[in-house]
Amino acid sequence: MVKEKWQEVSPGCMVFTPGNAREYHTGSWRAERPIWDNTKCIKCGICYIFCPEACIGQDADGYFMADLDYCKGCGICAQECWPGAIEMVEEG
Amino acid sequence: MAKRVGMEVGIAAAEAVGLCNIDVAAVYPITPQSHIAEHLSNIVADGRINAEFITVESEHSSISSLCGASATGARTYTATSSQGLMFMHELLPIVSAMRLPIVMGIANRAVSGPLSIWNDHSDIMPQRDSGWITMFAENGQEVVDMTIQSFKIAEHKDVMLPASVNIDGFQLTHMVEPIEFPTQKEVNKFLPDRKPFATLHPDKPITMGAFAMPDRFAEVMKAKDVAIVNSKKIILEVWKEWEKQFGRSYNPVETYKAKDADVLLVTMGSMGETAEIAIDELQKKGVSVGLVKIRLWRPFPTEELKAAVKGAKVLAVTDRAVSFGGVSGPVGMEVKSLFYHEKDRPLITNYIMGLGGRDVTVEDFIKMAEKAVEAEKKGITEEYEFYGVRG
Repeated sequence: MVKEKWQEVSPGCMVFTPGNAREYHTGSWRAERPIWDNTKCIKCGICYIFCPEACIGQDADGYFMADLDYCKGCGICAQECWPGAIEMVEEG
Repeated sequence: MAKRVGMEVGIAAAEAVGLCNIDVAAVYPITPQSHIAEHLSNIVADGRINAEFITVESEHSSISSLCGASATGARTYTATSSQGLMFMHELLPIVSAMRLPIVMGIANRAVSGPLSIWNDHSDIMPQRDSGWITMFAENGQEVVDMTIQSFKIAEHKDVMLPASVNIDGFQLTHMVEPIEFPTQKEVNKFLPDRKPFATLHPDKPITMGAFAMPDRFAEVMKAKDVAIVNSKKIILEVWKEWEKQFGRSYNPVETYKAKDADVLLVTMGSMGETAEIAIDELQKKGVSVGLVKIRLWRPFPTEELKAAVKGAKVLAVTDRAVSFGGVSGPVGMEVKSLFYHEKDRPLITNYIMGLGGRDVTVEDFIKMAEKAVEAEKKGITEEYEFYGVRG
């Protein structure tokens, strides 16, 4: 990525391509990823509700998973999952 | 022919805003700014102008709501004082970073504590580094003129920065002065509609006030600094235009009988007029003394101040705020740092005076000038002095 010089900064740092935050993959920050054990998952959706990145979605069977492009690996889902279905596993 | 009327300066400030075709005002009343808030709300309520007056619950909300309104392209105004300005502080650098041309009248008042409703500059000085164009009015006419000019300066495509007009509380806001008002037609000619660089609108979404990572933040700060430094060029242009249309001239630094004077008093705000009388009396006695008045505080008029004091041996810089534990008062520090690299720099004395509404009389300015004359002989013995403090 070419970094702007100060002369190239848009006035007021305005962004004219709204929604371009999705181009920034915060998943690159991740040190640990959440792994679901679907034998323990009761599909309550508490992981989905608590995810601060709103990056957890459901598969065709209704089980949950994280979009790893944006999951920062914060582990809140694993902390909040009361049936204990989510484990944080170190990235290899 | 413009109308000349006797009017309280706070009311006149609101009347000036009423001529500027504003879209939104959000003003929370606070002494000694209240008459501006009340009168502007009357102007809107009476249907004299077609604007929205938001009756906010605090100054934090007044500046926040204007931030949003200005981002949609509206012409906006607020006014405050002292604690109200302190309460706005969090938003002030955001407004300038977003390049929103909000105009604010500040009825300068001491900051608590102890609680004081009277005039000094301790409210504006903590806002110094907020990225706002900051100017000081000396009398009611200047308040009216500078309020109108400020919209044009702030909204200029090469500026796009907020601007404040500082009006000494009570000493200016509550004085009845003869003021010449331009007509609506004249103001319309001088101040066309705002043409915003970009606006918040659902049909064409953009992001304002975004986040910056460490790899961008410094570039954004540099761009903002250059923007305010460069705004001086436009300020000068707008003042020239004003002079051409209305005949009254404005300069970043004004001088009074300063040519060839050995000692120069330096003031900012309404006390300049009192100091002028002191200069007259001293010059009658043959004392080589003149007056320099700083009108534009940010961007600081470096070249203009250097030119104005060229050849002077001593500058007696007055301050109406304290930078507790600092090298001098805020203006004193600024002026000293400006001259550090100058080969023939003058001696600089610094008097902190007129705090919390304490009167500063002609006699006081004469004494300060005499102290400065003394300093020329004996040298500087202290970085700053609380002038006239008992003890």
